[in-house]
Amino acid sequence: MSHGGNLLLLISLLPFLGALLPGLMIRAGRTTCTVATAVPTALALTMLAILAPEVLRGGIVQAEVTWLPQLGLTASFFLDGLGLLFAGMILGVGLLITLYARFYLSSEDPMGQFYTYLLLFQGAMLGIVLSDNILLLLVFWELTSLSSFLLIGYWKHLPEGRQGARMALTVTGAGGLAMIGGMLILGNIVGSYDLTDILASGDIIRASDWYMPALILILLGAFTKSAQFPFHFWLPHAMAAPTPVSAYLHSATMVKAGVFLMARMWPALAGTDAWFYIVATTGLVTMVLGAAIALFKDDLKALLAFSTVSHLGLLTMLLGFGTEAAAVAAVFHIINHLTFKAALFMTAGIIDHEAHTRDIKRLGGLRHLMPVTFIIGTIAALSMAGIPLFNGFLSKEMMLEEASHTDWLGSHLAVPVTATFGALLSVAYSFRFVVHVFLGPKRDDYPHTPHDPPFGMWAAPALLVVAVVVIGVAPYLVEGLVTAAANAVTGADLHPHLKIWHGFTPALWMSVAATVGGAVLLSLYAPLNKIWINAPRPEAKAIFDWFMARLVAVAGWITETTHTGAISRYLAIFTVTAVGLGWFAFAGGGLAAPTRALLPVPPVIAVGWVMLVVATISVVFMHHRRFRALVLIGVIGLSISAGFVYLSAPDLALTQISVETVTIMLLLLALHFMPQITPKESPVGLKLRDGTIAVAAGSGVGALAYAFLLRDVDTISGYHLDNSYEGGGGTNVVNVILVDFRGYDTYGEIIVLGIAGLVIFALMHALLDGPAAKRLKATVYDYDRSRDRHPLMMVVVTRVLMPIASLVGLYIFLRGHNEPGGGFVAGLVIAIALLMQYMASGFAWTQERKRIEYHTMIGLGVVIAGLTGAGAWLLGRPFLTSAYTYVHIPPIEEFELATAMLFDLGVFLTVLGAVMLMLYSLSRIARFAGETVNPEPMDYDPGEQAEDKAGT
Amino acid sequence: MELIVASAIGVLTAGGVYLMLRLRTFPVILGLALLSYAVNVFIFASGRLAIDMSPILSKYGDATYTDPLPQALVLTAIVISFGMTAVLVMIGLGAFLEAQNDRIDLDQPEDDGGTKDHRS
Repeated sequence: MSHGGNLLLLISLLPFLGALLPGLMIRAGRTTCTVATAVPTALALTMLAILAPEVLRGGIVQAEVTWLPQLGLTASFFLDGLGLLFAGMILGVGLLITLYARFYLSSEDPMGQFYTYLLLFQGAMLGIVLSDNILLLLVFWELTSLSSFLLIGYWKHLPEGRQGARMALTVTGAGGLAMIGGMLILGNIVGSYDLTDILASGDIIRASDWYMPALILILLGAFTKSAQFPFHFWLPHAMAAPTPVSAYLHSATMVKAGVFLMARMWPALAGTDAWFYIVATTGLVTMVLGAAIALFKDDLKALLAFSTVSHLGLLTMLLGFGTEAAAVAAVFHIINHLTFKAALFMTAGIIDHEAHTRDIKRLGGLRHLMPVTFIIGTIAALSMAGIPLFNGFLSKEMMLEEASHTDWLGSHLAVPVTATFGALLSVAYSFRFVVHVFLGPKRDDYPHTPHDPPFGMWAAPALLVVAVVVIGVAPYLVEGLVTAAANAVTGADLHPHLKIWHGFTPALWMSVAATVGGAVLLSLYAPLNKIWINAPRPEAKAIFDWFMARLVAVAGWITETTHTGAISRYLAIFTVTAVGLGWFAFAGGGLAAPTRALLPVPPVIAVGWVMLVVATISVVFMHHRRFRALVLIGVIGLSISAGFVYLSAPDLALTQISVETVTIMLLLLALHFMPQITPKESPVGLKLRDGTIAVAAGSGVGALAYAFLLRDVDTISGYHLDNSYEGGGGTNVVNVILVDFRGYDTYGEIIVLGIAGLVIFALMHALLDGPAAKRLKATVYDYDRSRDRHPLMMVVVTRVLMPIASLVGLYIFLRGHNEPGGGFVAGLVIAIALLMQYMASGFAWTQERKRIEYHTMIGLGVVIAGLTGAGAWLLGRPFLTSAYTYVHIPPIEEFELATAMLFDLGVFLTVLGAVMLMLYSLSRIARFAGETVNPEPMDYDPGEQAEDKAGT
Repeated sequence: MELIVASAIGVLTAGGVYLMLRLRTFPVILGLALLSYAVNVFIFASGRLAIDMSPILSKYGDATYTDPLPQALVLTAIVISFGMTAVLVMIGLGAFLEAQNDRIDLDQPEDDGGTKDHRS
């Protein structure tokens, strides 16, 4: 990977890494926190600046990390002109927003959280614009939906904030789902998920039968994100967010993601009639509709929100035109819209912050009170209106120019007239922003007397309006960037010249008409507003809420009818379905003739079988007496262990016997606190139904087993048998499979077991802290209890047994690699040895002699196993490759040392720790339930008695 | 021998399923334990049955071995099913101590007088 590639990867990672900082740094103060947020952004921006010259020369920087090659998913990034433009906007405005938010947020707002969300969002946005793989792009796309949800709902105490966040997530999330479908179709058509490949095969895509579905699905994603009609309604509701969020999301980032996507996909999808009519028409409608609504909004931020909708429509329309000049105009307008809209949002935020209202009807005359804000706001608003010498004018001219020679269904006038009308409305609401807020007489009824904010707060918008003026006067300064981005969008080699004066073109006259018309419209505002208010308008939020309510009702109905809370019913349905599917599969295919002969049955085995069957049937019929049922379960387990011995599975037999022992102990302990008898409450019908299901399932499984037992099959086991000694260094193939061939599985399994142990421990604690604790304390046992809880004989015997059992455990562990045994069995054997101590000498006595916590043991085991596996990396081998050698120390016979043994040690420790932690947790409950603590191993001291006797 | 193993699996499954469908936690746990036995033996049997052919490589000459792979899978399955049983037991115990009964089904909403959404 090239030097630039590494930088690119760093750029895309920095915001995510940086997101860890603010939460911590907030403890060091608000300014430190702001700096900590700004640093990763500034670093990323610097790196971007290092890469910029190469991209501006027309180069492309690429970086790739293989992720899931099987799915065509690589974490690949690339930076071209379009990516550079957007990445610069995201990071640059991000930096300004960070500064602005420092002064905007009040001391009650959790600032660390805010900056963390902001950086997460920034990272997600960067990911979208830098991804070179559409699957990766989709991941980031979803991430922006999620992180913007957090940002919009940042003021959790405001219901509008929560509703707005939910609405934004629902709409953009639904669009994202559609887009996933579209992108997958696209990847299927091209045969690659790499953007570079997709962009190069536009002709194949446009000729494909799947072009229309892909186009519509992808556009659904883009339109929802960029708030295009009829999905525009979420954007104004997202204004409930703090103003820095609105300024960031709705000027530079979130809503531009949809525009970005259309621009990115332009070479692949644009250029067809379908593209033109869907995209350009939607854009045009959105532009006019958004502008019209914006004009009549009284909330400053709502006005700006709808104007954003309108401008996004403008951009969409330009991209929809499908011509190269329109693409240039779109790219240029993206820059311009960013500068004036971010400044305007920040101005609105300042007014809200200072005057404590952003209701236009309550404002006016602010130019005297807030001169700095007035200048900033006015310049930005004039640029939005498209007045010459400000940058908004240039791109609007280019838009009108493009619109002036666009045919729509054969009509030469439809597009130019509508676009001019849109521009006219845009002029009107921009003027209204200035006239109704800043001009007019000074009032004396502001909720709070406004004055200009501190420098830190107006610095960011001031910088932006400087850019507005500079670009407006000297547009050639950004020509390089616009060219690079436009070339990236169109895939052509363009050399646009950005000029202020184009001569007396139709666009100029359209512009003049719009400006004059807009001013006239504003002068008629009062009567027009009355008409608007009285006109019937569909309320998008009401429709959305109604729709959501219906959806919730349907979902609720499905849940209510299928999830009645009767688990036994679910299980019955599940079993019947499984049996039915099994029957269906069986009925569908023929059964080949048996290839194996039946093995003989010696009499001992027949006896064992009878025992097992009788025990199972007895459990079923006697399960009401729980203790008896438990004893019978033990019989079944032991019969199965015996079966394993006979059927050449010594390892399984060892494991089954030891697991059986601890399982029975566990169930006995649990039964101690539960009713001893299961009430007979099932009606005969239910029993009959369950019996039928059980017999059907049993015969099905039995028949299936019988069927495959008589037929041979090709397996991969030969490989394991052949390589066990050579590759794994052990002759016990089962153990070698566990610690070597399938070591990854084993590693996962011990982690699961460890988690199970911790879950039980946590549950125990939750129980003892809850209301159950009181009941436990009041436990009254209704049966006779032994008066000698720790009989002398048992104490002595277990004491003697302890070292022997430990030795057996050690022996089983050490021989495991070559003979039956290994970490699993050894762990269980040692666990049983320890449990005997608990039972014989009592909980407290044993607990006192415990040197190491069981949690530690679990953790240690997992870590040892993991490190052993990772050790293979040092030698450049894959995870868990084992190595072994033979060692000869004179008095002892030559023996083998394998890394697999270290792994097995990890297994051993985890199994031991988990089993002990489980039983320990249950015994803790016993102690809580009134069992007394015994510091001494026995309830009475035989030595003391002997002394007493001697004394008398 | 095959018939014996297959029938044992069948009987264990039937017993397990029947107990699993009972209405109290303890029999359900027993049922799941029986089902675990059945599943473990079933997987083990998928390596086909063999007598005196342990998968321990012999030092002397050629020998035939049984299929070691299902055995390795079942070995961990046995230990994991213990873990699962233990968690279930603890949850069952906790539910019993909290709710004062060990029924596994939620109480059905009362038809007489209770509101429709009432769940306790």
